[in-house]
Amino acid sequence: MTWSATARGAHQPDNTAFTQQRLPAWQPLLSASIALPLFFCAGLAFIGLGLGLYYSSLGIKEMSYDYTGNPGTGDCSPCGLAEQDRAPPPSCRCVWNFSLPELFQGPVYLYYELTNFYQNNRRYGVSRDDAQLSGWPSALRHPANECVPYQRNASGVPIAPCGAIANSLFNDTFSLWHQRLPGGPYVEVPLDRTAIAWWTDYHIKFHNPPLVNGSLALAFRGTTRPPNWPVPVYQLSPDPNNTGFVNQDLVVWMRTAALPWFRKLYARIRQGNYSAGLPRGHYRVNITYNYPVRAFGGHKRIILSSISWMGGKNPFLGIAYLVVGSLCILTGFVMLVVYIRYQDQNDEAEDQE
Amino acid sequence: MDCSLVRTLVQRYCAGEENWVDNRTIYVGHKEPPPGADAYIPQRYPDNRIVSAKYTFWNFIPKNLFEQFRRIANFYFLIIFLVQLIIDTPTSPITSGLPLFFVITVTAIKQGYEDWLRHKADNAMNQCPVHFIQHGKLVRKQSRKLRVGDIVLVKEDESFPCDLIFLSSSRADGTCHVTTTSLDGESSHKTHYAVQDTKGFQTEEEIDALHATIECEQPQPDLYKFVGRINVYNDQNDPVVRSLGSENVLLRGATLKNTEKIFGVAIYTGMETKMALNYQSKSQKRSAVEKSMNVFLIVYLCILISKALINTVLKYVWQSEPSRDEPWYNQRTEAERQRNLFLRAFTDFLAFMVLFNYIIPVSMYVTVEMQKFLGSYFITWDEEMFDEDLGERPVVNTSDLNEELGQVEYIFTDKTGTLTENNMEFKECCIEGHVYVPHAICNGQVLPGATGIDMIDSSPGVCGREREELFFRALCLCHTIQVKDDFDDVDSSRKSPDSAKSCVYISSSPDEVALVEGVQRLGFTYLRLRDNYMEILNRDDHIERFELLEVLSFDSVRRRMSVIVKSGTEEIFLFCKGADSSIFPRVIEGKVDQIRARVERNAVEGLRTLCVAYKRLSAEEYEGIRKLLDTCKMALQDRDKKLAEAYEHIEKDLILLGATAVEDRLQEKAADTIEALQKAGIKVWVLTGDKMETAAATCYACKLFRRNTQLLELTTKKIEEQSLHDVLFELSKTVLRQNGSLTRDNLSGLSTDMQDYGLIIDGAALSLIMKPREDGSSSNYRERFLEICRNCSAVLCCRMAPLQKAQIVKLIKFSKEHPITLAIGDGANDVSMILEAHVGIGVIGKEGRQAARNSDYAIPKFKHLKKMLLVHGHFYYIRISELVQYFFYKNVCFIFPQFLYQFFCGFSQQTLYDTAYLTLYNISFTSLPILLYSLMEQHISMETLKRDPTLYRDISKNALLRWRAFIYWTFLGVFDALVFFFGAYFMFENATVSSNGQIFGNWTFGTLVFTVMVFTVTLKLALDTHYWTWINHFVIWGSLLFYVVFSLLWGGIVWPFLNYQRMYYVFIQMLSSGPAWLAIILLITISLLPDVLKKVLCRHLWPSATERVQRSSKLKTAVDAALSPDRPLLKDVLPGPRRD
Repeated sequence: MTWSATARGAHQPDNTAFTQQRLPAWQPLLSASIALPLFFCAGLAFIGLGLGLYYSSLGIKEMSYDYTGNPGTGDCSPCGLAEQDRAPPPSCRCVWNFSLPELFQGPVYLYYELTNFYQNNRRYGVSRDDAQLSGWPSALRHPANECVPYQRNASGVPIAPCGAIANSLFNDTFSLWHQRLPGGPYVEVPLDRTAIAWWTDYHIKFHNPPLVNGSLALAFRGTTRPPNWPVPVYQLSPDPNNTGFVNQDLVVWMRTAALPWFRKLYARIRQGNYSAGLPRGHYRVNITYNYPVRAFGGHKRIILSSISWMGGKNPFLGIAYLVVGSLCILTGFVMLVVYIRYQDQNDEAEDQE
Repeated sequence: MDCSLVRTLVQRYCAGEENWVDNRTIYVGHKEPPPGADAYIPQRYPDNRIVSAKYTFWNFIPKNLFEQFRRIANFYFLIIFLVQLIIDTPTSPITSGLPLFFVITVTAIKQGYEDWLRHKADNAMNQCPVHFIQHGKLVRKQSRKLRVGDIVLVKEDESFPCDLIFLSSSRADGTCHVTTTSLDGESSHKTHYAVQDTKGFQTEEEIDALHATIECEQPQPDLYKFVGRINVYNDQNDPVVRSLGSENVLLRGATLKNTEKIFGVAIYTGMETKMALNYQSKSQKRSAVEKSMNVFLIVYLCILISKALINTVLKYVWQSEPSRDEPWYNQRTEAERQRNLFLRAFTDFLAFMVLFNYIIPVSMYVTVEMQKFLGSYFITWDEEMFDEDLGERPVVNTSDLNEELGQVEYIFTDKTGTLTENNMEFKECCIEGHVYVPHAICNGQVLPGATGIDMIDSSPGVCGREREELFFRALCLCHTIQVKDDFDDVDSSRKSPDSAKSCVYISSSPDEVALVEGVQRLGFTYLRLRDNYMEILNRDDHIERFELLEVLSFDSVRRRMSVIVKSGTEEIFLFCKGADSSIFPRVIEGKVDQIRARVERNAVEGLRTLCVAYKRLSAEEYEGIRKLLDTCKMALQDRDKKLAEAYEHIEKDLILLGATAVEDRLQEKAADTIEALQKAGIKVWVLTGDKMETAAATCYACKLFRRNTQLLELTTKKIEEQSLHDVLFELSKTVLRQNGSLTRDNLSGLSTDMQDYGLIIDGAALSLIMKPREDGSSSNYRERFLEICRNCSAVLCCRMAPLQKAQIVKLIKFSKEHPITLAIGDGANDVSMILEAHVGIGVIGKEGRQAARNSDYAIPKFKHLKKMLLVHGHFYYIRISELVQYFFYKNVCFIFPQFLYQFFCGFSQQTLYDTAYLTLYNISFTSLPILLYSLMEQHISMETLKRDPTLYRDISKNALLRWRAFIYWTFLGVFDALVFFFGAYFMFENATVSSNGQIFGNWTFGTLVFTVMVFTVTLKLALDTHYWTWINHFVIWGSLLFYVVFSLLWGGIVWPFLNYQRMYYVFIQMLSSGPAWLAIILLITISLLPDVLKKVLCRHLWPSATERVQRSSKLKTAVDAALSPDRPLLKDVLPGPRRD
C-alpha cells in the first residue's frame, strides 16, 4: 500500500500511506449480525458464572453479634451505658454466647465491624505520617503537620504514632471459648492473630525505628503515646515481632476503610482441632469492651465468617451476573426480532438506491 | 503608534462619508509653496509600512497572555490553580497548574511562530526597493521609508508602492496602462492620465523642478472615487489649478503595464492606501464546533457549581449534629474551631470546586489544539490536492477551522481566476453557417470545419470564400487593441512572419485579444495601427492597409462597437461587432437563422458569443456619417445622448457575416466541483467584479445555472425601469408562489420537478438594498432580498466592489439561520470576503498571493475544494465532534463517582482516586487513543465520500454536537459512573473480597472504580472506532497496558519522594482477588451494554445515510472479496456513529 516517493519535487508532499490517510485498516461494522451471537454467548456465560457465584456464596456461613450495648440489648448493655462519655470507659467485660448445631466449615475468620465510623473522612484519612510509621528516626520525632491536632501533646512532645487514625485504634479484645459437651468446661479456641494485615504492609511499609541498645522502648524515647492510648506503642504486645509500629492490629487499623461501615479482620481460627472449622457445640466470646461508639451513634459487631475462593459472603456478584446475563439474552431476542423484521426493509431500501 | 493608527482608522470609518470634508495638502517633492499660498496645518502621515502582524517583540508576552486568558477555559483553570494555591484543598496545585502551564506555553509558542511568519511577510513587503527622486537624482530606498509627498519612479511591470498622483509617463500622450488584478480582480488594462500640466516632465531633473501642491480628500476605501486638485506654481504666475479625479490616481497594488516608466507623487501611504483600507482587520475566527464546545463547557460549569453547592449545603446539614462534625476520634484543631462559619463554608465550596474541577478537562483544549494542528497536515500532505502545473500544494494558515470545512452551507466564490482560468480562448467562428475551429489548423493551413459537426459543405464557393475573408478582416479591424512593442519590433516582425505571432496585444477587453489571436491562427494577423492605418497580414503573407476612419466605441447599453475603414481599393466598410441581441435586429441580410442557432448553442455551452456584421458605404454615405458624428462630438450639451442617437442611425441595415465564440476557460473540473457541492446541500454564490453577461455565461458553463434555471434579475437596468420596491416584491412573489404550491422537498433541493431559480444581482442594486432608508425600515428590503436568495438555487452577484463582496457575506452570515459561510477567491479583491466569511479559502493563482496569504486555507485550484470539504471537512468534523463529546463523557465518568463518594465520606472532599490517577487520567491513560482516533478515524472511505456528496448533509448544521447528542453522551457518562461506583460499593459493602480474609481499604475501592473506568472509557472509544490501523491498535491496547504497568509500578515500590505510601501494593492486592476480576469484567460489560444496544438498534431501525452507505459498501466489498480472494484487506467498509 505504500507508494515510494521517487523523484518528486521539493514541494511535492511525501507520498506515504500515512500521509495520504490510506493506511491499511480493519473496518469492523457493529451490526446486529455480529452483536447477536455476541449477546447470546455473553448472556449464557454470565448466567453460568452467576449461578456458580451465587451458590458458592450461599455456601458461606456467617454469624454476627451486635455488642454495642444499647440499653436492653443483651449482655453488653452495662458496658454501653458506661461509655456515654467519649472518654475511654473503664475496662468492661461482656460475653456473646452461641451454639453451633453442626460444624461451621472452616477456615473461620473473626472480624469486628464498626458502623457510622468515618475512616474515610478526609481530615481523618490524612492524619497520619507514613514516614514515621516506616520507622524513619527523623520522622519519628518530627511528625507531619497533617497529624494535627494529634501531632504533639500539650507540652510539645511528639506523639508516636501521630495522627487521628492511630489515636483511634480499635482496642476491644475478644477470646473464643468452646464448650464441647453440654455442661463441660470451656476450652479456649486458639486465635491466630498473625497475618491479619497485608503481608506487604506488615513487612515493608511499616517498620519500627532502629533499636537503641536493643531496646524498642529506648528507640521511642522522646515521644509520647497517643492521647487515647493506655500504653505507649512499644508496649502494644509482649511479642517483639508484634509490637511498636508493626503491631498487626495497628497495621490493620491504619488501612482506612472505604465506607463508613466496615469490617476489619481480628483473627483467623486455623490451629489445632479447629483448622477444619468450628465443631458443633456451645461457644462463648469474651469481649473486653473498651472502644466507645455510642457517642457518634455507631455500632460494634463481632462476626464469624467462613471464606471461599471468592472471599466472604457476598451474594451481589452472583445476582449481578445472573441479572446481566438474562438481560443480555433478553436484548438478544429483541435484536433478533428487529434484525428479522427490518433486514428485508433495509435491503429493499438499498435496492432502490 | 499602532493604537493611534487604529484610532484614526476607527474614527474615519465611524465618521463615514463626511470625513472627506477634511482635506490633506501635500507638497509635491516636499517643496514649500511660495508665500501667499493658503496656510495650512501640517499633518502627520503614517509611513509606508504595511502591518499585518499582531504582536511586537515587546508586547508579545503580556498581550498574548491577556488574549489567552480571555478564553473562558483558560481563565477558569487559572482560577482553579489560584484557589488550590491559597486554600487547603484535597488535591495539590500541581495537578492543575502543570497542565495549564503546558497549555499556555504551547499556545504561546504556536501563536508566536505564526506572528513571526507574518512579520517576515510584512518585512519582505516593506523592504522591497522603491525608486524616488531626491534633489533631481534617482535614489533607491526601502518601500517603508516612502513618505507622503515623495516623487516616485515606477517602471514597467512593477507595482505601485503606494497611492500616487500620476504626474508624467514615458509615453508622449501622458497615459499609462495598469492592471488592477490584485485590487479588484479585473485583469484588463486600464488607461490612466497624467496631470495635464506635468505630463511633459520626462526626466528626473525636470520632475524635481516641479513646484506644486495637491489638495485631496482623506483616504477612503472606495477604489473608484477620488476628489482632489493640484496647484502648479510656475515661476511668477498665479498657480494653475487642475482638478484631479480617479483617472489621475495610481493605486497601490496595481501594476504598471505597457509603459516604460512613470512618475508620481505619493498621496496615501502605508495603512492609509486604498488597498489597505479595503483589507479588513484580521479577527480571530471561531468554528461552530468551538462555539458549541464553549456552550457545553458552560453547562458543565453549571453542573460543577451546582455539585459543589449541593455538597457544601449537605455537608453543613449533615454536620449539624456535633457527633458527626467532630466525633471523638477526629477532632479539629483549636484554630479550625475558631474560624468563621461562613468562611469555612466558602472554603469548603472552593474545595469541592477543586475536587470536581476535572469535569472540565484542561487536556481537552490541549488535545483539540493538537488534533487541529496535526490534523491540518493531512491537507498539506494530500497528493490529490497537489498541483503538478503550479508545483503548489495546499497551505493551511490557521488550523482552527478544520472542522468548519465540514459544516459549510454557503460558498461565495470569485469568478475570474477562481472558477475560470482568466484566460480567454477563441473557440470557433461561424461564417454563414460554416463552423471554423481554429485549433484544428495544421501548419498554418486552415482546415475549415475539421470537427465537421456543422460543416455544411467543405468547399464554399467563391462568394463564400469572399465572405469568409471579409469576416476575418472584420475581426482584424473591428477592435480597439493596441500592440505592444510597436516601435522596436517592426523590423524583426518584417523579417520573419513567425515573430508577428508573438506580438502581444493589449486591450481593455480580453475577448478582443482572444478574437484577434484566434483570427491570427486562422491566417489573418493584425500587425499594428500606424498613422491611422491598420495593417493586417493576410493568408498570403501580404500586408493589407486599411485607413481607420471612425471608431464607434463600445458601450454597455448598445453592447456593440463599430469601425469604419477604407480599404486599399478605396472601398469604405463599416464593421460592427456586438452581442447577438443587439446585432440581429439591425441585420437585413445574411444567414440569420443558421447563425442564430449556432450562437444559442454556444451560449448554452457557456461560450461568450459575438456577432459580426458589415455594410458597404459609399463615399457620400460616409461623408454624411462623418458630418453627423462631428456635430455630435462638438455638441456641448447632451453629447452622449446625441452620439448614441447617431450611432443608432449609423449601425443599421447591416449584413450578417457570422459569429464568434470565445471561452474563458473554466478551471479544470469546476463544473463537476460545483455540481458536487450543490449535491452536498451547499449553496454556491458567485461574486464577481465582472460584467453580468460574462459572469452569467460562466455560471452556465460551470453548471451553476442549468438550462432549466429561471433567471431572476435584480440589476440596475431593471431598477431604473421599476422602483426597487416593486422589483423586489415581484421577484419574491415569483419565488414564493412556487414555494406555496409545492411542498418543499427538503431532502433534495435540486429535484427536477421543481423550478430552479437563479438570481442575478449587481453591485449598484445591492447597495440600494443595503442602504438604510430614511424611515428606518432598512431591514425590510434586506429581509425580502434574503428571502428571495434563500429560494434560489444559485445566486450570481456581478459588478461587486471588494467591500461589497464582504457585505454580501456578512449579510448571509448574520441572517437568521446563521449559516456557515465559505469564501473562495484568488485576488486581492477577494481578501475582504475571505476575511469576513467563516472560512476563507485562497486560490494560489496568477493574481498575486494576497488572497492566499490572508486566507485560512489556500489551495492551488478550485477543484480541490471538493475534496477539501467533502472529504477532509467531513472527516475533521466527525473526528472533532467525537473528540469533544468523548472528552466530556470520559470526564463525567471520572468525576461523577467522586461526587457520589462524598455522600459516603461525610462530604469531607475525600478523593476517591489517588493523586497520580487524578493527574494522569486525562494526561496519559486516556489521552492518546482519542487523539489518534481524532487524527485517523475514517467512518466512510474517502472514495465513497467523494462519490456521494449527499453524505455531507448528514453532518450539516453541527449534527453531531446538537443538544440531543450531547445529552446522550452526558447521560451515558452518568450511567457508567453510577455503574462503576455502585458496583464497587456493593462489592465492598460488608464483605471480604479476598480469599485470605484480609480487608481492602478505601484506596483499593478507588482503584477498582478507576480500573473499571479506564477500561470502559477506552473500550467505548474502541467501539466507536471504525478504522483500525495499527496505530489505533497500538494506542488503544497500549494505553490499557500502560495503565496496568503504571499501576503495578506505582504500587510496587515505596516511593521515597512521596510523603504518603497509600497506594503501596493496592493494585496488586486487588488483582490477587478473584472477585475483583469478576467485578471488573461485569462492570465493564454493564457500562458498555447500553451503548452497544443503542448502536445496533439505531443502525437497524433508523439508519442514517452514512450508515446505509457503510452497510452497502461492506456488502459490496464482501462480495468483491469473495470474488477475488487475493484482494487486499477490506478498504472502504466502515460503520458510522449515529448520534441523534
